[in-house]
Amino acid sequence: MKIRIRFSKYGVLKFIGHLDVMRYFQKALRRADIDILYSSGYSPHQIMSFASPLGVGLTSEGEYMDIEVGHTDSSKESIRRLNAVMAEGIDVLSYRELPEKSQNAMSSVAAADYTVSFREGMGPALLSADTAGPHPDTDWQNKLLDFYNQPSVFITKKTKKSEREVDLKPHIHELSFPSDDTVFMRLTAGSAENIKPELVMEAFFSSIGQEMKPHALLIHRKDLLANTGTEEQPVYRSLDDFGEDI
Amino acid sequence: MKKLALDDITLLSIDKSVRYIGNEVNSVMKDKNRVDIRFCMCFPDVYEIGMSHLGIQILYDMFNRREDTWCERVYSPWTDLDRVLREKHIPLFALESQDPVKDFDFLGITIQYEMCYTNILQILDLSQIPLMARERTWEHPIVIGGGPCTYNPEPLADFFDLFYIGEGETRYDELLELYKRMRKEGADRKVFLRAASHVPGIYVPSLYEPVYREDGTILKIRRAGADVPATVQKEMVSDLTGACYPKKPIVPYLKVTQDRVVLEIMRGCIRGCRFCQAGMIYRPTRERDVAMLKQAAVTMLKSTGHEEISLSSLSSSDYTQLKELVSFLIEEFHGKGINISLPSLRIDAFSLDVMSKVQDVRKSSLTFAPEAGSQRMRNVINKGLTEEDILEGAAKAFQGGWNKVKLYFMLGLPGETTEDIQEIMHLSDRIARRYYDEVPKEKRSGKCQITASTSFFVPKPFTPFQWAPMNTAKEFLDKARIVNQTMKEELNRKSLRYNWHDADLTMLEGVFSRGDRRLCAVLLDAYRHGCMFDSWTEYFHYDTWLASFERCGLSMDFYTSRERSLDEVFPWDFISCGVSKEFLKREWEKAKRGEITENCRRSCSGCGAAVYQEGVCIEGRRAR
Repeated sequence: MKIRIRFSKYGVLKFIGHLDVMRYFQKALRRADIDILYSSGYSPHQIMSFASPLGVGLTSEGEYMDIEVGHTDSSKESIRRLNAVMAEGIDVLSYRELPEKSQNAMSSVAAADYTVSFREGMGPALLSADTAGPHPDTDWQNKLLDFYNQPSVFITKKTKKSEREVDLKPHIHELSFPSDDTVFMRLTAGSAENIKPELVMEAFFSSIGQEMKPHALLIHRKDLLANTGTEEQPVYRSLDDFGEDI
Repeated sequence: MKKLALDDITLLSIDKSVRYIGNEVNSVMKDKNRVDIRFCMCFPDVYEIGMSHLGIQILYDMFNRREDTWCERVYSPWTDLDRVLREKHIPLFALESQDPVKDFDFLGITIQYEMCYTNILQILDLSQIPLMARERTWEHPIVIGGGPCTYNPEPLADFFDLFYIGEGETRYDELLELYKRMRKEGADRKVFLRAASHVPGIYVPSLYEPVYREDGTILKIRRAGADVPATVQKEMVSDLTGACYPKKPIVPYLKVTQDRVVLEIMRGCIRGCRFCQAGMIYRPTRERDVAMLKQAAVTMLKSTGHEEISLSSLSSSDYTQLKELVSFLIEEFHGKGINISLPSLRIDAFSLDVMSKVQDVRKSSLTFAPEAGSQRMRNVINKGLTEEDILEGAAKAFQGGWNKVKLYFMLGLPGETTEDIQEIMHLSDRIARRYYDEVPKEKRSGKCQITASTSFFVPKPFTPFQWAPMNTAKEFLDKARIVNQTMKEELNRKSLRYNWHDADLTMLEGVFSRGDRRLCAVLLDAYRHGCMFDSWTEYFHYDTWLASFERCGLSMDFYTSRERSLDEVFPWDFISCGVSKEFLKREWEKAKRGEITENCRRSCSGCGAAVYQEGVCIEGRRAR
């Protein structure tokens, strides 16, 4: 039986890297007596896969992992048991059965929702006409919208192995301001192309002739989404929607 | 939500910030306003190593069972955070509360190996606690040391207020009660230290002063008064089964060295290898009851979720109920995603059978620790392992499908000859021959792989070799070259591998192992000149150390390559670990004659540990 677990990551546990989160859950599932299935062989491992690694320092309320279990209690009881053995900083939010033939979390991720804000004093500073020095621009949101409304935003994406030109524009599916100091972004995610909010904000800073300071952003992942439409006409649905409560 | 001592940007700028946030499953949070005593336990090395130490988990659990005490942890900040703490004057903090260590009542440091001594100074320094014990006031914690290195605490004497000699489970309650009472009474710190010296097992270095002869050896040790004990008797748990053992060990987020449930099945060792300090200081050998261990295994696996369980002892094959315990573990956990790891097992039919059940034979290797190549040398060191044992064990293993063997040896043992050294490779070669003799060609999966590793022998206090001269670095490396050369001449050289390492670190280990109080100055000087994390090759600066010895006017050779006379007063002579100096002398003489001594179960050799009236010393009598 396939189970999809949604969890959050916050507080001090935002400093835990992806591999350690995996190890954490391997142990937590045993502590909670979840009847997870193991691969065969001399060193059997749990059948478990994560949707998309979350960078160190980010918080989230939309992390997913898929597991296979022999038998299971109800969603409510399983969530209770898991949360009873969690450390403060990771909460299990849902525990749902997936249809047998569903795509696993990792391969179905197509986009991610983020909210982004600036650490204190680390937002953009703009040169205005009437003062000599830089000061925080209260209207940086308009600048960001100008940036977003360009027909294309070419940047150089650096990975460990290569550098390549990427147009960010088709990968920013939504951009809005849910509050004065917060940006909402829906960005392409997944194994084929993964656009991080830092990349977008760095490009924005450089479009206004500034450099973003390291660790200037507070990033929170709201959710991971699959595309149930087509590439031309995408329909995004939360990974959580693919399972049924037990 | 939990607060952190470091800000986000600092934590995001350093490597593995998870080392510093605490919050692990099973770590203990208490309300600091509702406890009387705050105890910070320290392992002076990086988190991944310190978190792997069983002793701290035991004491952490023991202290936190007390309602009036909150025990927390601290480890050595890695060099990146070290820089930040110094630059920003941030005091080192405990993981649980994230409060500065300097605000605690106690800072307890476990001292497991000599090469962490400079890290102890780093911990004190970053905590903003005066390095010298005599400069501390009630503004600072009581700094107390424990662990195997405290059987010669003298090279650290200036930096500690107290040392706890022996096993921690026995006297801490008494010490903490004394502390609580005297703090309430408003006692002077010095008065408290004096009173602590009356608690069995507690050594207060400031109350003792060594007097040296002109040749640098010790004439006598002067005490501050008649009430200060002349001998500090090591503390020992008498009922190991009933002693506290953590049911819920802390589960780290990081992959640490010992990322598993550890079951300590036994303390002490009956073997009496003459080079081995642990084999002497933990006497008499005591076992934990198998029923308690079974239950502990189940409870700890459940409470941690670990995927592996390991037995811990100096020589697991000597645990009398090993078969029952191992069968239980296999039956209960094998095939349920739990690995069973069985280190320090003698290779015989039983252990091979067990290992073939719990590990992948093709991938795993078999480990022997003959410690010396020739039978003559093995008799000198009283390693009760014969060549026949080794060859038969290897032959059985080869038949069972193994083809990798690891062998551990020591170089620089007392009385070692060139022939003894060459025998290391001759023996390795004979093992390889057994493979080609035992396993028909069609059944072989390639060549066998025999890997011999040598370490350099360091004489340790409270062993029969405490009088022995240690080799010089040049002698060590020359010997390693002989082994390497011999390997190249062996018939099966293509199946042999040889590993050895640099000798400089060993020389320093040798100095501090049998060092005296004057070395405190060297330590301090080396630390001031940047020495830290000496056991990490990339941070070991031998030249700096040499310069520190020079500046302090002390010779390393005095501590290492000098043969001590039988009547020399040793810096650690005021400690009694049960095993008598007379017994150690007898063993030293027997070693020189190449005579062996039977293990404790075969016959009592009158080592002196029977004064504790426990464990193997009274086994026979119990049976009757």
